[in-house]
Amino acid sequence: MTNTNHRWIVRAIPYLWMLVLFFIPFIIVFKISLSSPEIAQPPYSPTFDPFVDGWSETFARFAEFTSANYLRLFVDSIYVSSYLSSIWIAGSSTVMMLFIAYPLAYGMARAPKSWRPTLVMMVILPFWTSFLIRVYAWISILSEEGLLNSMLLSLGIIDEPLVILSTNAAVYIGILYSYLPFMVLPLYSALEKMDESLIEAAKDLGCTNIQAFWKVTFPLSLPGVIAGCFLVFIPAVGEFVIPDLLGGSDTVMIGKTMWEEFFNNRDWPAASAVAIALLIVLMIPIMIFQNNQAKQQDMG
Amino acid sequence: MAAKSIGPIRRKFAPWDDPSAKPLIRIENVSKNFGSFTAVNNVSLDIFEREFFALLGPSGCGKTTLMRMLAGFETPSSGSISIAGLDLAGIPPHKRPVNMMFQSYALFPHMTVEKNIAFGLEMEKLPKGEITARVEEMLKLVKLEGFALRKPHQLSGGQRQRVALARAIAKRPKVLLLDEPLGALDKKLREETQFELLDLQVALGMTFVIVTHDQDEAMTMADRIAVMDKGQFVQISRPAELYEQPVSKYVADFIGDINLIEGRVEKNDLGKIILGSDTTGGMIEASGESAVKNGDTAWFALRPEKVSISLSPPENPSVNTATGTVWDIGYVGDVSVYHVRLDGGGTMRASIANTRRIVERPISWEDKVFLTWAPDSGIVLTK
Repeated sequence: MTNTNHRWIVRAIPYLWMLVLFFIPFIIVFKISLSSPEIAQPPYSPTFDPFVDGWSETFARFAEFTSANYLRLFVDSIYVSSYLSSIWIAGSSTVMMLFIAYPLAYGMARAPKSWRPTLVMMVILPFWTSFLIRVYAWISILSEEGLLNSMLLSLGIIDEPLVILSTNAAVYIGILYSYLPFMVLPLYSALEKMDESLIEAAKDLGCTNIQAFWKVTFPLSLPGVIAGCFLVFIPAVGEFVIPDLLGGSDTVMIGKTMWEEFFNNRDWPAASAVAIALLIVLMIPIMIFQNNQAKQQDMG
Repeated sequence: MAAKSIGPIRRKFAPWDDPSAKPLIRIENVSKNFGSFTAVNNVSLDIFEREFFALLGPSGCGKTTLMRMLAGFETPSSGSISIAGLDLAGIPPHKRPVNMMFQSYALFPHMTVEKNIAFGLEMEKLPKGEITARVEEMLKLVKLEGFALRKPHQLSGGQRQRVALARAIAKRPKVLLLDEPLGALDKKLREETQFELLDLQVALGMTFVIVTHDQDEAMTMADRIAVMDKGQFVQISRPAELYEQPVSKYVADFIGDINLIEGRVEKNDLGKIILGSDTTGGMIEASGESAVKNGDTAWFALRPEKVSISLSPPENPSVNTATGTVWDIGYVGDVSVYHVRLDGGGTMRASIANTRRIVERPISWEDKVFLTWAPDSGIVLTK
């Protein structure tokens, strides 16, 4: 049947998409990461090309250059500390986010049915404005003459303006604000589909409200917790805009380091190596996340 | 389950007729309002120990609300409920001596069968050995040995139902509440499970209160049935009384099939009531006591299986006889239901048991037939 003969087209589309938009760029970046920097246009010289040099030559050079650009990631402490501080900032803000988002999602899921679409809408609403503009807005809220300080001063709560902007605190505020919907929505969807009679059954069998929450509600919302944590953690690790605009010079995050390598130092090979390493670092949580999603689907 | 017949226990059981018997559950003048809607309207009821009590009614009649008040998930707007002399007002669900089996079963999907059954016992902080023993006993009772380590999603509907039951009785509550326990099962399994539940209840000596909209379920299992309508009890009686002596047209119509023939009371004395009816064109003679007076409008309620259908006229066609034409025949296998259009207007149904294995029935469509019945086969209703 023609039907089955042409089915491969449908199947090929996502693969083609992956090939063009992910795999080819990845190869390009990977190749740059193995080149030497140069003051030219583009600012690197291809150190090897398998089609010119032949494969055996390529592999020999490959080993050499891997040590050059990639070893630098371990030797130069700026990279290691950027990675660690990125993971720390992303990780701790994910945990903080969980504490903020869980009660919010719980409240939404327990709200009268007719309110719920409106509440979901309110969580999504900020997306209607550009992310960049919203982060800029935080500058005017957090700066020394900003909204927050002038309000606190006029209320007499503080005597002199708080320094929040250009500190890590501002980065945390920015991440918590920007990624809140990514945590709330998976939690909400896990909590919302939970059968209320499960909680009643737990109470019927001897649980207080708090026990019923920890023994039934929370374990059943775990898929949402895991999904939310990854959806926040993964993009937050590589975040550039928030640390750049809200953070100070002492805020080191890998996204910012990468940007500096690319545009300030114009060392594309080093920046590419940073990018590839970041991808590998993030691969682990992404794979755990994927695995978790697959398990969820198995459960039906 | 129980090897001995439960007959002797069931036959003698009638504590509600004994004025000295103390009820286990006492519901007094209980009402429940949701906003301006009254779900339960000033009901009182005593349920006795070891009784299998059914709350029967259409959806929205308040039966589930009443049960949820027993479990503690709803608080009565007024009135009081006590179990074994203990007033339940202000006692949260987890401290009540009742357990509930939920309509959706509400099995914890993240726990194995074993963990589900052990849940209540663990909350009670029983010693580990006792919990294991009790879980094993429960699994055996509901015939699910070997399923202990399965998760609920790996079970069939019938198995899930039994896990839910095992979990609810594992704590040995004084009262087990069952909310449409068989609603999700298919017909065959439902019928089997009805008798299993009944045997189990007798074997455990537990008091069961069941909520159902399925009259077969209530009739088969319950010692007494309370028929509910619009938040009130219409009738509380044994299944047979409910069927043979309904107090109103509503009950008569809700339980089983019924022919309701409207008439005027012509005479009422010495346990004999004579109704004149335009529908049958003659007199209806009914035996029984009723407070009706001459000239009152009343209804003669007659079950289809108590009507005889014949092609030839009876000896006395002026009494308890209606004539008409066969309009429809519903062949159900065990019985055939004849829908007869009466000459006096309206229809009457007669159901005849198919006692012989013949395909051609003597009475067919458009035949002129005579419907007859005995004086004691129906009941006169006034409302």
